[in-house]
Amino acid sequence: MTYSAFRILKEGLTGNKGWTPAWRDPDPQEDYDVVVVGGGGHGLSTAYYLSNKFGVRNVAVVEKGWLGGGNIGRNTTIIRSNYMLPGNEPFYELSMKLWEGLEQDTNYNSMVSQRSILNLFHTDGQRDAFVRRANSMFLAGADAELADAVQLRKELPFLDFDNARFPIKGGLFQRRGGTARHDAVAWGYARGADMQGVDLIQNCEVTGFEIENGVCKGVQTTRGAIKAKKVAVCVAGSSGHVMAMAGMRLTIDSHVLQAFVSEGLKPVIPGVITFGAGHFYISQSDKGGLVFGGDIDGYNSYAQRGNLPVVEDVCEGGMAIMPMIGRARLLRSWGGIMDMSMDGSPFIDKTHIDGLYFNGGWCYGGFKATPASGYCYAHLLATDEPHEVATELRLDRFKRGHMIDEKGSGNQPNLH
Amino acid sequence: MIIEHPLLGPRDAAEFVYLGDASLLDRPDWQAEDAAERFYEYGYLRDNPAGQHQELWYHEQGDRSWLVVTRNTVSHEITKVELARDVARERGRARGRDA
Repeated sequence: MTYSAFRILKEGLTGNKGWTPAWRDPDPQEDYDVVVVGGGGHGLSTAYYLSNKFGVRNVAVVEKGWLGGGNIGRNTTIIRSNYMLPGNEPFYELSMKLWEGLEQDTNYNSMVSQRSILNLFHTDGQRDAFVRRANSMFLAGADAELADAVQLRKELPFLDFDNARFPIKGGLFQRRGGTARHDAVAWGYARGADMQGVDLIQNCEVTGFEIENGVCKGVQTTRGAIKAKKVAVCVAGSSGHVMAMAGMRLTIDSHVLQAFVSEGLKPVIPGVITFGAGHFYISQSDKGGLVFGGDIDGYNSYAQRGNLPVVEDVCEGGMAIMPMIGRARLLRSWGGIMDMSMDGSPFIDKTHIDGLYFNGGWCYGGFKATPASGYCYAHLLATDEPHEVATELRLDRFKRGHMIDEKGSGNQPNLH
Repeated sequence: MIIEHPLLGPRDAAEFVYLGDASLLDRPDWQAEDAAERFYEYGYLRDNPAGQHQELWYHEQGDRSWLVVTRNTVSHEITKVELARDVARERGRARGRDA
């Protein structure tokens, strides 16, 4: 069924009786060409691009809970491609381009809103670093725009420009950045994959891998064994736990990241704004809630909840740039589990076990990467060659000394 | 989280800085044949378990001691806190002695 405005009108006039479920609820078959482990954003987009762009349709996605119940359902919905390093920026720019065509591509309203992202700077040195980053973005075909405080005062008068400790000197805009409706992204990919015959199997937890003589031949699950020519793990957050079942240790620690939403307010914040002196990012959802977050809690965790010191730290960051939000009440806060890698960058790669592939290590930047992650992973699975923008996202890059460390903080996962 | 410091009693975790897996106490022998491989594993590979985890916490805003905290990464429950010094000695890694 194709979704359209005409369809909504027709269904509205006929009692909304013609809608059908967006995807099937199949039982697992005995074997598949590809089994994707993990029905989150990245797993579903992998299945979507495998079936829609690379012609691989005998595919299953196995998910231990429900579709989109992990980090795709608990993030701050920011999309952007304002990275600097050559191993990263072309990848994220591909993702940005895929976001721009996503709704037409999947025929699903993902509410992609290019409302801009602004990274504030507070010192001259920081401005110079942002100029360098902007030039690096241009090289990858992305857009960037430097704004000084005079311009920002006109556009965003509510910022605390004359803050005694962190005065706002200007900011780096990426006008094409913005937000998307995170759940709808997962649902759009799920529906698009299902329409091409991909089996989306929920309540099906992987409990082990069938590995014989260094070749992965399938997975054991709570709903029985499933054979597969290729097994594609895509479970960021739980990567350490899942890959341990294949006997692998990773260059990843799992950490909890908290996010927050305030009560609904009238429209006040036009785009995404980030603090340059601490860690704080904020946008306003279409329902009016201020959606914001900051640093990870900083200790290994698989619990989807954090502690109060970080709540305080995040709110202090907010108060430093926009004191007007101080009287808004916090409605909800929640936590998600991040694969924090040793250099802050992700992995899309084959493993040393034939037929076993790995996608993970997204730190807390996985949402914006959802389309390109799926596209590049599907490319790798279909052709056994990495996509040209993902050639650096290798598992062995630490051994070879080719880290992609945007922040330059070294092999300390909780600092990225 | 409250960390039961062996010397100072219950302290707020916010007073501490977190480093990571306590396997960092076990620095490999730099003169070993396979030192490069072992330092790669030491520096980069982690068990990252969902469950009991031994980890290093530094009491920066306190007595500046390093602690080995045994904590459950699923529930955040802390079951054991030791001075890293004592743990290192038990493992035969005390200063001035060969490992």
